[in-house]
Amino acid sequence: MDQQFFVDSSYLSKEALEKKHRLETDPSFRTNHMEYLPGMEQIHSDVCQKVLSQMDSYDPSRYTARDVKAALEHETCSVEDFKALLSPAAEPFLEQMAQRACQETKKHFGNTVYLFTPLYIANYCENYCVYCGFNCYNHIRRMKLSYEQMEHEMKVIADSGMEEILILTGESRSQSSVEYIGEACKLARRYFRMVGLEIYPVNTDEYRYLHECGADYVTVFQETYDRVKYETLHLMGHKRVWPYRFDAQERALMGGMRGVAFSALLGLSDFRKDALASALHVYYLQRKYPAAEMSLSCPRLRPIVNNDKISPQDVGERQLCQVLCAYRIFLPFVGITVSSRESAAFRNGIVRIAATKVSAGVSTGIGDHESKYTGKEPDGAEGDEQFVIDDGRSLDQMYRDIQGEGLQPVLNDYLYV
Amino acid sequence: MKNNDTLVIGGHEFHSRFILGSGKYSLKLIEAAVRDAGAEIITLAVRRANTKEQENILDYIPKGVTLLPNTSGARTAEEAVRIARLARELGCGDFVKIEIMRDTKYLLPDNAETIRATEILAKEGFVVMPYMYPDLNAARDLANAGAAAVMPLAAPIGSNKGLATRDFIQILIDEIDLPVIVDAGIGRPSQACEAMEMGAAAIMANTALATAGDLPLMAAAFRQAVEAGRKAYLSGLGRVLARGASASDPLTGFLRD
Repeated sequence: MDQQFFVDSSYLSKEALEKKHRLETDPSFRTNHMEYLPGMEQIHSDVCQKVLSQMDSYDPSRYTARDVKAALEHETCSVEDFKALLSPAAEPFLEQMAQRACQETKKHFGNTVYLFTPLYIANYCENYCVYCGFNCYNHIRRMKLSYEQMEHEMKVIADSGMEEILILTGESRSQSSVEYIGEACKLARRYFRMVGLEIYPVNTDEYRYLHECGADYVTVFQETYDRVKYETLHLMGHKRVWPYRFDAQERALMGGMRGVAFSALLGLSDFRKDALASALHVYYLQRKYPAAEMSLSCPRLRPIVNNDKISPQDVGERQLCQVLCAYRIFLPFVGITVSSRESAAFRNGIVRIAATKVSAGVSTGIGDHESKYTGKEPDGAEGDEQFVIDDGRSLDQMYRDIQGEGLQPVLNDYLYV
Repeated sequence: MKNNDTLVIGGHEFHSRFILGSGKYSLKLIEAAVRDAGAEIITLAVRRANTKEQENILDYIPKGVTLLPNTSGARTAEEAVRIARLARELGCGDFVKIEIMRDTKYLLPDNAETIRATEILAKEGFVVMPYMYPDLNAARDLANAGAAAVMPLAAPIGSNKGLATRDFIQILIDEIDLPVIVDAGIGRPSQACEAMEMGAAAIMANTALATAGDLPLMAAAFRQAVEAGRKAYLSGLGRVLARGASASDPLTGFLRD
């Protein structure tokens, strides 16, 4: 079943609707998604070519049970082994994969599970990405936190005990400038031990500036590594430029960031190819920047405000689990983050197998932590959510649940140097 | 065991030769290490101590135990020096274990940077215990730079592979006039015992305990293994094993003067 992405809002003007429809139906009306826009830095890296050549030649149906068994027997997992583990032939071996993944996780991370929470500081966006609640044609309550509001949110979150924060914005340079985000990082450093960013991709010098402001980790989701599909989903805006997004992590490392995080949004395209490309993106970049810390996420598509029909399609929990086990076996040293898009039951299970970091006390809206944490009536405006979360557990509850699984929750293992 | 068989590091005396590493932490682990493994030194990652009240590891450490803060997370000598100074400010004392890694995949130590950091910190009065790849030249440089011990890895950290670098650690034990503490990769009590038989001054382990089914039981097993290996070494077994058995019928028996 195809996704029903296109939703028209009655709030849009006739002209806006016309433009929206044309973007949706007429490819010639859209810009070249492989061409950089003015101001976008080009770094001429060889990583992209390496990832794409592997992904383009990957045929998951070619692998057999024998390949999967061999992969599970090998002490170190090669790229070919990894391809077998991602293939449909590996589905009957899910339990064995989970056992192996569990061993690797224990070897590299012991019993620890790290906790963090996202803080959305603005939801303005200049892009039309058809699956995203923040897209510029979606009629939602828009908001950008003032510095006072930001600090209030941070206090509320810090009071809950959280020590690591991931600052997010919608992708709008004009509403959420690099300087605005930099100020948010400086504020966050006062309340949290670790500050990460998930914002629109920027140039190396801007990453350097944000690092100096206190951020040390950068997350950029490629959404899909399938360039043709990407073009049909990101119809307008700077986010449409696929290669600039691909090189974001490398620019972040060049700008001095300690770590970078990667993912495809599973459900947009062939998830096996996207999972392969995500992991190879990590693999090749790690070879080039061996001191960098790398992590992978695994978001699946979720419903959004004004469109509850969006689903992760053929990526069921078993498939998601297969991808995560394959990631762990292929890249035993990388962090794996599982967000509140997934259910409490899935997250409780996957932290015992492969995941090393989970979010808690999550809101994907703007300025609503106090009302969500305390039930207090909001005393100011709030902005709508990017997507609908599944697991709404508080930090306290998550902490107890992780301990209940026999694991050690960790709030911080980081020092800004 | 002889009563005067103590481990001396930087002028400080210890009776236990089991040191708890820092990779994986929990209150239960620390309790077991102290009570059942007899640890008198516990490593503490400064970055993990960099936390608010809720789970501060400093609160877990029993009195009378020596804290060995480590510089994990440092990628250069300068970063390690800053972390060591921070540890001192946090009240962790003068001991410091230098860990400098420029590789997040295998977490192998960078000997060159470690030598530089050792020199700086030893001059500042720290009791410096560098984690190192077992290379004789580097170990000599570390000794000359003022290290109080050297801590060669037995195998990649967390791998539980045991004494993969056995022969090179033996060379350090033979040639370096400092305690050689075997760190990283020790997965079983028998491997700890073997390292002690070879003449290692102490063993550091973490993952092997942290991931054991019965923590206190494994901790007790490590204590016994370390003690057994030490006794064997002191009894002369280490010499026999390392140098080949002495023949009962000497080859040089024919010599007349």
